[in-house]
Amino acid sequence: MGAFLERALPPTLALGGFLAIWEVLTRALDVPAYLVPPPSAVLAAALQEPSTLLVGAMTTGRAALVGFAFSCAFGILAAITLATSRRLERAFYPYTVFLQTVPIVAIAPLLVLWFGPGLRAVAVSAFIVSVFPIIANTLAGLRSVDPALRDLFRLYGASRLATLVKLELPSAIPEIVTGLRVAAGLSVIGTIVGEFVAGFAEGAPGLGIVVLTSYRQLRTDVLFAAVLTAAGLGFTLFALVNAVGRLLLRRWHASELSR
Amino acid sequence: MPRSGPLDAALSAGGLHSRLSDAASGVGVTLRGVRRIYPTGLEAVASLDLTIEAGAFVAFLGPSGCGKSTLLRLIAGLDQPTDGSITFSRAASGASVAFVFQDPHLMPWRRVLENAALPLELAGVGERDRKDRAMAALEEVGLADAAVRYPRELSGGMRMRVSLARALVTRPALLLLDEPFAALDELTRRMLDDQLRALWQKLGMTVLFVTHTLSEASYLAERAIVFSKSPARVVADHTLALPREREHALRSTPAFLAEEQTLYEALVRGEAT
Repeated sequence: MGAFLERALPPTLALGGFLAIWEVLTRALDVPAYLVPPPSAVLAAALQEPSTLLVGAMTTGRAALVGFAFSCAFGILAAITLATSRRLERAFYPYTVFLQTVPIVAIAPLLVLWFGPGLRAVAVSAFIVSVFPIIANTLAGLRSVDPALRDLFRLYGASRLATLVKLELPSAIPEIVTGLRVAAGLSVIGTIVGEFVAGFAEGAPGLGIVVLTSYRQLRTDVLFAAVLTAAGLGFTLFALVNAVGRLLLRRWHASELSR
Repeated sequence: MPRSGPLDAALSAGGLHSRLSDAASGVGVTLRGVRRIYPTGLEAVASLDLTIEAGAFVAFLGPSGCGKSTLLRLIAGLDQPTDGSITFSRAASGASVAFVFQDPHLMPWRRVLENAALPLELAGVGERDRKDRAMAALEEVGLADAAVRYPRELSGGMRMRVSLARALVTRPALLLLDEPFAALDELTRRMLDDQLRALWQKLGMTVLFVTHTLSEASYLAERAIVFSKSPARVVADHTLALPREREHALRSTPAFLAEEQTLYEALVRGEAT
């Protein structure tokens, strides 16, 4: 308990101090609320519109999760495929960089044309933004297997599949987890951007839509609340991936030892 | 050998080992005109002829980078000679070979027992059976207590012993060691030297041991082959006139020191050529 306090107290105090200064400054300098609302006003807005934020978080979270899940599945499989041959990697890897560099805002209208407005286009946007770190990190992990262990597997006549399952994938887990961590945050960002363009569909509006409408109505307090909710969503996904990573690595990998 | 019953069944599950009738004794190795030239043009091994009799304990000595590790990899089948042939005394080349590297190279995500059992696992041995035999191999190197621990929880010497247990678990006919104890402190190294020698006497496999430490070569081996600097050629092929039972007191006897001196002079000759 003492150790927990020791860890939890400093960031809590820092946050409290930051909010207090923000509150005092906005009131003392009489900053208009449509520019920078004080934290108390943001909290009030959040309490006033809990269903808007909750529904937004659900919609955005669902799209982000779908995109992220596809990123995991496709990214890891793609990396395994590319790792089977140098030639294959040389042929296709440069084009996966395209996924990293494509301006998602510019391509989002295309996604609406192809997938129709709503969850599908938004999830594809999350997928495009988040898949590259998974491919790149998994590939790096698969490529950096201890060569002596590879020799050992060869010596004992291990099949390609056994080498993949018993050697390559386990030793790539630290890198895969790193890729997933980066991708988790990115998938929420990709979702919000996707919603800006493709999120106007039937039913529950996501947080991206809440941001847009509150901006048009100059409800900056609601906008702040939505942005914070989106950040919280990304953080939750990140923490989830982190927990899984810790579970997988805590017994043997330096990154998760002595914590 | 009493172990051969269940062992044969296990070995025949893996293709590599299937042609062995009695895995618990050594296999002879014959090298004829073996050369290895790397694609870069570097000649690591120059036309080498060598006969190693079954059950021998042979030390390979030579300066760093002289090609003795390449030679070991060639014998293991991890690398192919550019010219020449490597044959084994038993039918075909189906000798059961084990390799111990300079560093332990364990799988950090596996417990010690599962590390030691890996070769059996890859050969398709059932879980119960392979765990029993991995446990027996760990007992042989004095590590039964550490079976459920992870490699990172062990000292360097203990990790090396796990690596040795992993090599011994298949009861190899040929055990290849590439400077295995070079990174360990003197005390640990001497203890492992004794363990290795005792295991060799008990199991009777052929042992090829690469080292650049003269005293270790003299203490362990029955025969020492000294190589020149790259490309590796045989400078001296020397049978050590030392008793079969060896203990630390031997290291300070005149006979031992004389053998060490002989090997030293051969090394110097190899460096000069």
